Amino acid sequence: MSTTSATTEDTQSLAAPGRAYDKPRKPRGGLVLSILAWVVGIMFAFPVFWMLLISFRSEPDAATNPPQLLAPFSLEGYRTFFAADPWPPLLNSLTASVLSTVLVLLLAFPAAYALSIRPVRKWTDVMFFLLSTKMLPIVAAILPLYLFAKTTGLLDNIFLLTILYTSMNMPIAVWMLQSFLAEVPVEMLEAAQIDGADLITTLRKVVAPVVMPGIAAVALICFIFSWNELLLARVLTGPVAGTAPVFLMGFITSQGLFLAKVCAASFVVSLPVLIAGFAAQDKLVQGLSMGAVK
Amino acid sequence: MSTVATSTAGATSATRQPTTRKHDTPWRRRLPLLPALIFVIVLTQLPFAATLVVSFIHWNAYYPDDIAFAGVDNFVRVFTDVNARSAVIVTIVLTVAVVLISLVLGMAIAMLLDRRFGGRSVVRTLMIAPFLVVPIAAALLWKHALYNPEYGLFNGLLTLVLGKDAPQPDWVGAMPLPSLIIALVWQWTPFMMLILLAGLQSRPLDVVEAARIDGAGAWQIFVNMTLPHMRRYIELSVLLGSIYVVQNFDHVFTITGGASGSANLPFYIYQTFYTAQDYGRASAAGVVTVIGTLIIAMLALRTVFSMFKEESR
Repeated sequence: MSTTSATTEDTQSLAAPGRAYDKPRKPRGGLVLSILAWVVGIMFAFPVFWMLLISFRSEPDAATNPPQLLAPFSLEGYRTFFAADPWPPLLNSLTASVLSTVLVLLLAFPAAYALSIRPVRKWTDVMFFLLSTKMLPIVAAILPLYLFAKTTGLLDNIFLLTILYTSMNMPIAVWMLQSFLAEVPVEMLEAAQIDGADLITTLRKVVAPVVMPGIAAVALICFIFSWNELLLARVLTGPVAGTAPVFLMGFITSQGLFLAKVCAASFVVSLPVLIAGFAAQDKLVQGLSMGAVK
Repeated sequence: MSTVATSTAGATSATRQPTTRKHDTPWRRRLPLLPALIFVIVLTQLPFAATLVVSFIHWNAYYPDDIAFAGVDNFVRVFTDVNARSAVIVTIVLTVAVVLISLVLGMAIAMLLDRRFGGRSVVRTLMIAPFLVVPIAAALLWKHALYNPEYGLFNGLLTLVLGKDAPQPDWVGAMPLPSLIIALVWQWTPFMMLILLAGLQSRPLDVVEAARIDGAGAWQIFVNMTLPHMRRYIELSVLLGSIYVVQNFDHVFTITGGASGSANLPFYIYQTFYTAQDYGRASAAGVVTVIGTLIIAMLALRTVFSMFKEESR
């Protein structure tokens, strides 16, 4: 505590004047708080470990009371899961998530540009309107969407779902991109203008380097929310365009309960999000803080 | 509501003055905004407008010949329906409980992770895991692998610790709402934690150090310096958390199936529309949900606001 830590902090802030962000902190409160942090972290991750552990057991070993910590390794759960042909739904999820993420970025970037680099008048009203559309629960629009899809023959069509996911993620994407773009220093933009750079050059040379991490964060979040979505997919898709979450749900109710299989299926369906999230967790932190931290 | 939005939006842009160019026509400025805006309006506002219209119509798909103007009949039916009233209350309880508990837990954990210690990044990775499990998978995991009264982990641990005669409660059956709240808090705390951690790490530390040297205690620093700095981040996490938790469908559908008075509005609407095929009543309930969402978001933010003695706006 006290003097020693204060001096180290001071030297650090001298080393990087004016940028006190995200600099390593000395432990205060010491070992107890560090152990507490570890305990909390392990507690939160434990259900995921448990799911993974159960998924590698035979069905009789999976459902025991008391629980076994060590049981023979088995691929039975995964074998029965893949025997149920999960590829079409996984592919549907991938299509809807990736396509809608690309679409969101293509539409949200110009909008965020208009709201930050050269803001239109009343831009805060536009931002509020966009966020307010997020407060519209999906259930409040689902019936007309269903009837529309039914009459136009778009029911059970993965591209309708893609379009809906795009609109679902658009507000958050514009919000996040707006705050990232707002961090591009005005002086740099003006300098580029004076040098006679056209819009494309300015975007490429000045804006892109600053907002690239932001774009990655937005893409990651849009991907996660699209991949996870269940209600729209459940109501608007069927055997052809059903997504992985719908498959996961139907898979349980139709065949009774097999714990190892449920855990294997849950893990496989979560895997793309887990990989993307773990790989880009710094981006996730930045994205969720809406670009307030660089 | 509008104050909140402008303050959050305004805060992000406080650093920037609009750069104006003389030869810009307003339309050239608005053009890049239009595709996104039109897209969102067509796909969210039009369907909601249609829902609003249907909410004033008697329309049950099982009786296709009996479609007629209903006035406020559907709304009366929603408010006199015991299940619908219960769904309103469940939605409020679920949202407020999950958001507040996740906020407090997330704040505490963010503060733990804001310190430097061995394996900090590993602990953060562990903490993020629940947010990265697909919600329907998480709900299945809680229901079958953890809560199950016969072979779930919780009762298994009770047997392990207390022996053969350990109590084996039926968690979901005995307390459906707390079971839902715990599973949802597990999933949403990491999300809140991530936003709050980013906020903590953007805190200018020299001021905090100065206060500490001047003899300010840890609690004083937390209340007078950390919380005011964190306001924007707390608002943001409450707002986003409320928006997503109000709409929760996956957990209610999977864990309790809406049994024993645990159906929330999204689940109630899903049932009314999907099973009962009562389009009119489902739409009226949808409209009620939208109004409720706005009220909850406002109340949640009010609560957060009153925690701070506003110094300036």
